[in-house]
Amino acid sequence: MELVEVAVIGAGPAGLAASIEAAKAGAEVVLIDENNRPGGQLFKQIHKFFGSKSHMAGIRGINIATKLLEDCEKFGVKTLLNTVAFGLFEENRIGLANKDKKSILRAKRIILATGASENVLNFPGWTLPGVMGAGALQTMMNVNRVLPGKRILMIGSGNVGLIVSYQALQAGAKVVAIVEAAPQIGGYGVHAAKIRRAGVPILISHTVKKVFGNDCVEGAVIVRLDKKWKPILGSEKKIKVDVVCLSVGLNPLTELAWMAGCKFVYIPALGGHIPIHNWNMESSKKDLYVAGDLTGVEEASTALEEGKLAGLAVAESLGYLKREKASKRKAEIREQLIALRAGPFGELRRKLKEPFMQGDEIRK
Amino acid sequence: MKDKDIIICRCEEVTLGEIEKAIAEGATTLAEVKRRTRAGMGLCQGRTCSKVIAKLISKYTGQPLKDILPSTFRPPVRVVKLKILGGEESCFLEKQK
Repeated sequence: MELVEVAVIGAGPAGLAASIEAAKAGAEVVLIDENNRPGGQLFKQIHKFFGSKSHMAGIRGINIATKLLEDCEKFGVKTLLNTVAFGLFEENRIGLANKDKKSILRAKRIILATGASENVLNFPGWTLPGVMGAGALQTMMNVNRVLPGKRILMIGSGNVGLIVSYQALQAGAKVVAIVEAAPQIGGYGVHAAKIRRAGVPILISHTVKKVFGNDCVEGAVIVRLDKKWKPILGSEKKIKVDVVCLSVGLNPLTELAWMAGCKFVYIPALGGHIPIHNWNMESSKKDLYVAGDLTGVEEASTALEEGKLAGLAVAESLGYLKREKASKRKAEIREQLIALRAGPFGELRRKLKEPFMQGDEIRK
Repeated sequence: MKDKDIIICRCEEVTLGEIEKAIAEGATTLAEVKRRTRAGMGLCQGRTCSKVIAKLISKYTGQPLKDILPSTFRPPVRVVKLKILGGEESCFLEKQK
């Protein structure tokens, strides 16, 4: 069994930022990810980020990831790729496995940055090849340069649905329609306007009733919803598509936090059950920190800041940062988080996350 | 296709009808639905269907969603071959040097 100072599980924006901060301060950091490259979703994000300059606005996700990886290298973060963390055990032990071997790693501090997985919608035909999550479509188009179909129906008009639709147009597909069950568009107006200018209809108060095809998707039936979100009989419309893309929200990946015995709270708008934490991103379990989407589904930009907080707090707790210096840096980051959680979309998240950001106390 | 034939747990091919039946027969938690139907016991370990099943339990039993907790997570939480799990322990960090 090996002993390290800091183990970070998940190399997305939160995990990378946490690793960099802790390593920069002088801690020994091991970063673990199940994928064959670090970066999480960032490498799929070929679009420019929003917000102010200090939040990397105007920079494309893939370039943010490249910079983060350079910093990891620079500060000596040890990265274990193609490695799953299959369990957390007593005394801060982490069970790791790759395709050949297992290993048990003990860490003085553990930071969970496991992210989130996509929600599904179950309708007749949802298991046919051609129905996929927005993440899968993004991976195929933007990472592997494969266009899985020519005529796409997008389910969900949140920012993910809007942005991925636009990327599908750029990749050469036709987005036949975006359907949205709610009576209004979910994402930013600026993204929706861009999609509308490109001629893609956004059908609010609509959902997919079924998808049909012999061996793969050949078409879909969409239907209008009434004020109570019930399908209006007779409003069904059959459309010819070969891809149905689901972008209906995310679900925090919390298995390891449950296994560790963390206390949870249920906040639907943040994705469901999330581990409670304090303003240092410290969970209710000793030595265990959490950051990013598993503490409530937000954006890559907020995940980065939460990761920095966790990394700094861990470095401080190990004696690598003086209290005064750490407090100052952390206060700046908390300000950034408040700024990021502004506007009509951020405001609700800010209110929901506020109770966690009050101080050292870990409470609901 | 009837609604009851819609697949909810894709890994174990458990349908909406089977899950509704399990709840009607008294299953009130995700673990109970899992034990009766195998929903959530497959490759993805319920990462895809748990949220949907939680909503169904809530709909039919009236329990608030906050009280419907995931079933106990046990290692391995990710897919790991038994021969690796039971095999010898190796040092991942030394190899890197």
